[in-house]
Amino acid sequence: MIVAEQKTLEEIKSLVGSAKNVLVMGCGTCVTVCFAGGSREAAILSSSLRMTSKLDGAPKNVTDVTVQRQCEWEYLDAVAEQVKEADVVLSLGCGIGVQAIAEHFPNTWVVPGLNTKFLGLPLEQGIWAERCAACGDCILGLTGGICPIARCSKSLLNGPCGGSEDGHCEISPETPCAWQLIYDRLSSLGKLEVLMDLQPPKNWRTSRDGGPRKIVREDLRLTIEED
Amino acid sequence: MATNGNGYLAGSNLEKVLRAGHFAVTGELGPPQSADPEVIRKKAALLRGYCDAVNITDNQTAIVRMSSIGAGAIVVQEGLEPVIQMTCRDRNRLAIQSDLLGAYALGMRNLLCLTGDHQTFGNHPNAKNVFDMDSIQLVQTVTAMRDLKVFQCGDAFKGPEPRFFVGAAAAPFADPLEFRPYRLAKKVKAGANFIQTQLIYDIEAFQAFMEKVRKLGVHEQTFILAGVGPLKGPAMAKYMKDNVPGILIPDELIERMNRVGAPWAGKSKDELTKEDKKARSEAWQAEGIQITIELIQQLRQIEGVAGVHIMAIEWEEAVKPIVEGAGLYPRPVVTAPVPQPV
Repeated sequence: MIVAEQKTLEEIKSLVGSAKNVLVMGCGTCVTVCFAGGSREAAILSSSLRMTSKLDGAPKNVTDVTVQRQCEWEYLDAVAEQVKEADVVLSLGCGIGVQAIAEHFPNTWVVPGLNTKFLGLPLEQGIWAERCAACGDCILGLTGGICPIARCSKSLLNGPCGGSEDGHCEISPETPCAWQLIYDRLSSLGKLEVLMDLQPPKNWRTSRDGGPRKIVREDLRLTIEED
Repeated sequence: MATNGNGYLAGSNLEKVLRAGHFAVTGELGPPQSADPEVIRKKAALLRGYCDAVNITDNQTAIVRMSSIGAGAIVVQEGLEPVIQMTCRDRNRLAIQSDLLGAYALGMRNLLCLTGDHQTFGNHPNAKNVFDMDSIQLVQTVTAMRDLKVFQCGDAFKGPEPRFFVGAAAAPFADPLEFRPYRLAKKVKAGANFIQTQLIYDIEAFQAFMEKVRKLGVHEQTFILAGVGPLKGPAMAKYMKDNVPGILIPDELIERMNRVGAPWAGKSKDELTKEDKKARSEAWQAEGIQITIELIQQLRQIEGVAGVHIMAIEWEEAVKPIVEGAGLYPRPVVTAPVPQPV
């Protein structure tokens, strides 16, 4: 899932600026699961903004609404009226949600209330970790199901580097060395010979380096009606 | 393997010394955090004649310094042979290849391919890193530039190819320990002509590593230069032992450093005069140099060790007494164009 974290109230206040009517929009999918931007967080942030604006002597009219997914037009359509009444929409969606709102409501000023962090999973209650870099050309089949692109600090394909010690990465004792994990897993599966192959330089074109990405599936597209 | 017509891959002094069967000595020269060419010239003067080639570090520990190639050009002018270090942290495959064409055109003939320390260590921790390739892919790329005369993309050069004597690093004691000989084998398979190791202080552990390397036959396909470096004092030894991944320092060596500092031990900073501190520092340094000499003598006995790489960063003065003390001075001059096969 997409993991995000709320921005500080200070930053959110400055993003909202002098707008009178603020609509805080939560999202019911990824950011709900990671407790960053669901209906609960949207309600709490709304009241925080109301209180703080009152204390600052310029009370705002803050309301909140949460849609199932900010990244789908149909869910945004359902709140179109509320969006139109707002001077600013403070999105508690990920970066995709914020942009979907901007794209769907050309006359609406939208600002982000979250920092979108990574594609990952909850390791335990309150801890999330990155797992995928969306490089567009999955190599997990070569590495025992552990991604060095996302989880090695240097995205090495022929790791580990000399900075691996006691299972952790040179950048921090809190960061597991992805290549140690890969080594251990291939070792326990009896597949260490996989590591003797030289992996050639990666084709980064499928990643962000090739420019913004888009998928067109002709088999799924609806027939375009002729005028 | 393709050669440049005289039997050598690159024809560098380092390649000639190694292929003539001499025990090689390489040094290290760290460029300044400034644009001052005099720093390079002074360091080069301390190393000239005592090393077969000197590594010019590439923004080591991710701190911005004069470029390896820029400093290398000065080193060439000073009559010393550089080993250009190239990390994958700061450049993508376009920049790496283009810089290497320039380095070759400026007379540089040895290259050490490194992944590079992560930028969080350095003075620009907010930087975006590159790591378009890793060190093994870099070795493959520059080897193909020399032997297949092609860029990484497969396009042929429009003119002479850069011919480097290609090196890579090995960290014998980094984790996972069991994989280290195999990772070295991968670097050699990728084309590494020589290997420089991380600092070795634990001879026994290194012997165990080399035994595995020999079992893989790797020592017969590349020249392995063991890394050594003089300790400046017990604090430095302790710091490296505790903080630098892949460096093992036996307590016995730290004890030796402590012992020579004993006359000044137990006194606080304020109790020691300037003269005391100087004398203590000299005692430590002399012991650090002596230990290095002994390590080199032990390393030389290990089958498959083709030379030493002396890392005396910001202490280039130590190289002369180390090389002389280890009986490695004067350095050989190889003129015969009849090397052993690689």
